[in-house]
Amino acid sequence: MVGGSYLPPTGTVFHMTFTLFAEQLLNGLQFGVMLFLMSAGLTLVFGVMGLINLAHGSLYMVGAFAAAAVAAATGSFVLALMASLAAAAAAGAIIELTIIRRLYNRDHLDQVLATFALILIFSEGTRWIFGSFPLFLDVPQALSGPITLPGGIEYPLYRLAIIGIGLGVATGLFAMINRTSVGIRIRAGEADREMIAALGVDIAKLYTFVFALGAALAGFAGALVGAIQSVQVGMGEPVLILAFVVIVIGGIGSIKGALVGALLVGMTDTLGRFLLPQMLGWILEPSSAISIGSAVSSMSIYILMAGVLIYRPQGLYGSG
Amino acid sequence: MKIRSAVLAASIAALAASASADVKVGMITTLSGGGAGLGIDVRDGFLLAVKQAERDDLEVFVGDDQRKPDVAVQLADKMIQSEKVDVLTGIIWSNLAMAVVPSATAQDKFYLSPNAGPSALAGKGCHPNYFNVAWQNDNLHEAAGAYANDAGFANSFIIAPNYPAGKDALTGYKRFFEGELAGELYTKLGQTDYAAEIAQIRASGADSVFFFLPGGMGISFLKQYAASGIDLPVVGPAFSFDQGILQAVGDAALGVKNTSQWNKDINNAANISFVKDFETEYGRLPSLYASQGFDTANLLISAMETADTTDPDAFRAALKAANFDSVRGSFKFGDNHHPIQDIYVREVIKEGDVYTNKIIATGLTNHADAYAGDCKM
Repeated sequence: MVGGSYLPPTGTVFHMTFTLFAEQLLNGLQFGVMLFLMSAGLTLVFGVMGLINLAHGSLYMVGAFAAAAVAAATGSFVLALMASLAAAAAAGAIIELTIIRRLYNRDHLDQVLATFALILIFSEGTRWIFGSFPLFLDVPQALSGPITLPGGIEYPLYRLAIIGIGLGVATGLFAMINRTSVGIRIRAGEADREMIAALGVDIAKLYTFVFALGAALAGFAGALVGAIQSVQVGMGEPVLILAFVVIVIGGIGSIKGALVGALLVGMTDTLGRFLLPQMLGWILEPSSAISIGSAVSSMSIYILMAGVLIYRPQGLYGSG
Repeated sequence: MKIRSAVLAASIAALAASASADVKVGMITTLSGGGAGLGIDVRDGFLLAVKQAERDDLEVFVGDDQRKPDVAVQLADKMIQSEKVDVLTGIIWSNLAMAVVPSATAQDKFYLSPNAGPSALAGKGCHPNYFNVAWQNDNLHEAAGAYANDAGFANSFIIAPNYPAGKDALTGYKRFFEGELAGELYTKLGQTDYAAEIAQIRASGADSVFFFLPGGMGISFLKQYAASGIDLPVVGPAFSFDQGILQAVGDAALGVKNTSQWNKDINNAANISFVKDFETEYGRLPSLYASQGFDTANLLISAMETADTTDPDAFRAALKAANFDSVRGSFKFGDNHHPIQDIYVREVIKEGDVYTNKIIATGLTNHADAYAGDCKM
């Protein structure tokens, strides 16, 4: 009764496995790029302000809900994306000005408590405004459906667009950090907070800017992903956990580390879900291979994290 | 503190808060967090029936379990010890039901399940004071397997989350499906990206897909499946196609076949007035969860007509008789206090601007669960 193999009948095996594998690589890349948008803000905020922000997932949710609301009102996906950036940046700036800035000099436990409270406030506030049922947000017509890539790979156009947009944002972020005066201040803030304040940089404004930038990136990720997933209360927390894994692997505070970590986690998770049950199928009977394989694959990124931490406790690109 | 205030606020709002209340009901259900839509529908359906009964000897306490087993257990203890409830109800999730129901029934309380139906409580773990008014977990999946045979599917790819109800789901489908399996996958509970699984479906050579991914998981899967360009027919239980979810899925769900013990177009007087009254009261269409809450309350009220909770044996017999007008039409309990009922095949359609379901066939008739034989009581 239980079919053991996922491979099609012989004859087409090589071709099919090649396209399947290539498709999974693209899936891993897309997942990684999305994780990068989420973790870039988290790692910047920790690197510059030394703040652990558990409410980062709530900003992801704010972006998705803002996009869904604007898309429903105007029908325009571009406007929806802009709304997600604006709403998440505004929410980020407001909580930085009112709450977060009181936490910079507190210890991490106070920060965790306060930002956890923010999660609850954001979740119930969102439910109060939008209700308990998931909202509708769809892929724009121009990007819907699959396209055929060279090699006969059929791939959803929207996911390709996410890869492109994500890599574009990553390039822009690197250029900003490395080439602009704001970027110089951010890097200086990471290196020595007291010193750049002493040099006359308005550190409070810089902090608000960095926090709002991180929030905007998270909200943007929420809107992009919301179109192919479900826009609902609590959608940010599972992604938040993955984002923490990413920045721990990449090295806390390093944007480059966040990019490498995000791609590693995306690839490991996707390929693990795909390959582990099949590889276990060679040594175990099919039904136990399926359940053990899926259990092990859900641990794969944590195993990766543990492995990285054994060899580099500060993360791949972490300092110190 | 939070729990206390939740219970207090709800009991102020309880409908018939009179000092002479004879039957006290504790409703523990999920009203916040990701799965809140289900609990809210069960609560609203239940309270609608209570309101319509206009009894002043029935008091309902509502508490939010936040989808956490420990919170559900605390609420149950509080309701049993402080509020002295006679009947508990409301739990949505099987893992929460397993944490609450055995200890509640052991304390001689009645438990009426409006949703969760884990196999452990239907077979060896059945209890005279436990009644399931919805279904045993496997039932809708069994009907999906039976429908797949009727539809001529010979090679299904099946997928469910890796937790007890997910395993019950695939077991239920395989119990009735007579074809081959092109693949079988368990995903992480709460997973939202299914690209890796959809790629495997595409490569598997399947002729159909069965999935059990309740709530937000199903929304994500259906949207991504529609975008992938795979056009294999999809079948699943009603949990990814209920009224609360369909509006978020949109066109991606149109035409999908799903199995349910209830739909708003079942033609009987009780159902017609339920759909109309629910929409008037709450401004939205009822879901199957709302119908289950409504039936649960009406079962309780029907038992109160003939027996008193001070005489547990008589009250139990009155519950077992199930002498109420179910919105499902025919309804009766088997020996293990689980429903024996028809399960329908529905298709997702669009009525004006609203996505909803239409019954197109009967999947299984007078269907009982597979565990009833193990129940000795």
